[in-house]
Amino acid sequence: MSQAVVAKLKQEYPAAVVDVVEHRGETTVTVQKEDIVAVCTYLKNEAGYNFLCDLCGVDYLGIEPRFMVVYNLYNIATKERLRVKAAVAEQSCCIDTVSGVWATANWHERECWDMFGIRFNNHPDLRRILMPADWVGHPLRKDYPLQGPDRQPYQGRLS
Amino acid sequence: MAIKETMTVNMGPQHPSTHGVLQLILELDGETVVKAVPHVGFLHRGVEKLTEYRSYHKALPLTDRLDYLAPMSNNLGYVLAVEKLLGITDAIPQRAKVIRVMMAEVTRIKSHLVWLATHALDIGAMTVFLYCFREREMIMDLYEKISGARMTSNYFRVGGLSLDLPAGFEQDVKAFIDSMPGHIETYEGLLSGNAIWKRRTIGVGHISAADAIDIGLTGPALRCSGVDWDLRRDNPYSGYEEYDFKVITREKGDTYDRYTARLDEMRESCKIIQQCLDRLEDGPILADVPWVCLPPKKDVLNSIEALIHQFKIVTEGFKPEPGEIYQGIEAPKGELGYYMISDGSANPYRMKVRPPSFVNLQALPQMIEGALLADVIATIGTLDIVLGEIDR
Amino acid sequence: MGVDLQRDVALTAPQAVKQNVLGDNIITTSLDKIVNWSRSRSMWPMTFGLACCAIEMMAAGAARYDLDRFGILFRASPRQADLIIIAGTVTYKMLPVIHTVYEQMPEPKYVIAMGACASSGGVFDTYSVVQGIDTALPVDVYIPGCPPRPEGLIYALIQLQEKIMREKNSFGAAIGVGEVVSG
Repeated sequence: MSQAVVAKLKQEYPAAVVDVVEHRGETTVTVQKEDIVAVCTYLKNEAGYNFLCDLCGVDYLGIEPRFMVVYNLYNIATKERLRVKAAVAEQSCCIDTVSGVWATANWHERECWDMFGIRFNNHPDLRRILMPADWVGHPLRKDYPLQGPDRQPYQGRLS
Repeated sequence: MAIKETMTVNMGPQHPSTHGVLQLILELDGETVVKAVPHVGFLHRGVEKLTEYRSYHKALPLTDRLDYLAPMSNNLGYVLAVEKLLGITDAIPQRAKVIRVMMAEVTRIKSHLVWLATHALDIGAMTVFLYCFREREMIMDLYEKISGARMTSNYFRVGGLSLDLPAGFEQDVKAFIDSMPGHIETYEGLLSGNAIWKRRTIGVGHISAADAIDIGLTGPALRCSGVDWDLRRDNPYSGYEEYDFKVITREKGDTYDRYTARLDEMRESCKIIQQCLDRLEDGPILADVPWVCLPPKKDVLNSIEALIHQFKIVTEGFKPEPGEIYQGIEAPKGELGYYMISDGSANPYRMKVRPPSFVNLQALPQMIEGALLADVIATIGTLDIVLGEIDR
Repeated sequence: MGVDLQRDVALTAPQAVKQNVLGDNIITTSLDKIVNWSRSRSMWPMTFGLACCAIEMMAAGAARYDLDRFGILFRASPRQADLIIIAGTVTYKMLPVIHTVYEQMPEPKYVIAMGACASSGGVFDTYSVVQGIDTALPVDVYIPGCPPRPEGLIYALIQLQEKIMREKNSFGAAIGVGEVVSG
């Protein structure tokens, strides 16, 4: 079923789909970040993926492009899942918002901005959500130390 | 000419009715809420970052502390996600699956009891709080018998369970589920016909089905708007397809509906637990996958091979092949999802938790704008949020 | 009330009561003792839950453990409370709020750090978590555990009661003469 959707998506947006991966029975489609809103709108309106379960960022430090924004979609009618990803480079760290497609993306995108520093163009309210407003840095980036920049990690009592 | 003036009121983070450290900035026109802006993050502990520095087994205790009202549901979602990542879902023994379902449903009752207790307390019914906590202590006793801890159980393991059931545990569970329907009737007797309760809940915090899907509501909050969706039935996990239970839905989508629906869910959970007790057969509790599961403790104390085996798993962990998966389960509050990425090392490369409360809370402004200030309290209560998983 | 007072004071100032030379209705004790006694027997903690420990704090106040029998009633306002139980993980975002709430409490005030997170940061050795509330507030009693059982909280409250009973010059400090000396 999700293969059929992916085939149709490829047909509809041949330039947008970069890669399709199957792992443990789950389909992941990587698309160009410029087309993310068009792809998401298509998937919601034409393919029935009316529910955005989750949206998050991933930091692949050392790989270009560095970031990946991941959208986990769900189709309530057919009970199927589909994952869409879009790569975001560190130099132009921004992607269009999908909060116009699913309202639930609003807070997810704020969290993604807070944790990874990925900007969402046209987002209605892009503020930090979990960290204090005056916090410096984006904690879930791989080059952000676990204990924060100004504290040494606990070495253990015996070392 | 009347001058339209609004007043801004701060509510929280220290407020007994915000169920933790939630802050709301409310703009009021008299008693009417014009605008509400929730602020979260006061309990952000960096769990997702911390898991990247721990092996898969060692990240499990952190999941207890996400939704601390339903620790075993969190554990269940996590172990199912890791098992899916490893591709060993089919290797889990039947006994472990049944016990997992049983404890997940006990946890659902536990979570709903705290919801009812605090929700009723917020609206002014103190007695229900005391009754619910009395019954909750029975569940705490079950938790303590099975895992040694009252709240942070950490009982499930990747591949099965940490320990088998203690002697006499089935009888305790049986006694609990036999008494529970009567207790639920007591709560209903205190609340359902109560004039104050009805006036405070009927028609309050309404949300339509389309809005609920758009904003991402899940769990009882979504089902009460008329969307018949329950992951236990629709994307079954851990053997839920073998159980016979009803998915509780309501049509009106107000606070009173969500109250009656959750009470019915507790009744359904009792039925599922009864079916678990009927299905419980002797057998192994850990999958036969030596590169993932710890050896039995008895062997560790008696043979050097098992000791080395245990040592290797504890110090090195296991390494799933690179890939990414998403596993959603029906936690008491809605869809709890774990999105995990493995890069082939012993630590998760990225673990994203999709907490139901985080998304449900997002619906709060549209549910209370235009309502009265007192309804804000009722609506926060009915959404059943827990800040531990909102902020992570 | 009279019976309780007699028993409690008898523990600390026994002679007059034991010999009963002054009749049944008269008790002699020091003013410090009576102040300490009244403070320790009506500790009102604030309902201030942060995380998991707050649920155990609620359980301690509810049906089975029943903190009311120690004269402990939860108050929602810091203005009416004289004990703050830091029940859960303290983050840098929360710390200014805790400071504000603590400053709003009237003297004398006491602090209990409940659980591993409040005492030392616990398992959360991360960028956003304050590694122990004692870096910001003067803690009177620490409770270990993650989360501590209600019995642990009750034990801590009794320890705090005993600590308050050992205080010296509490009457003097109340009328503006000198400071309280903790025992």
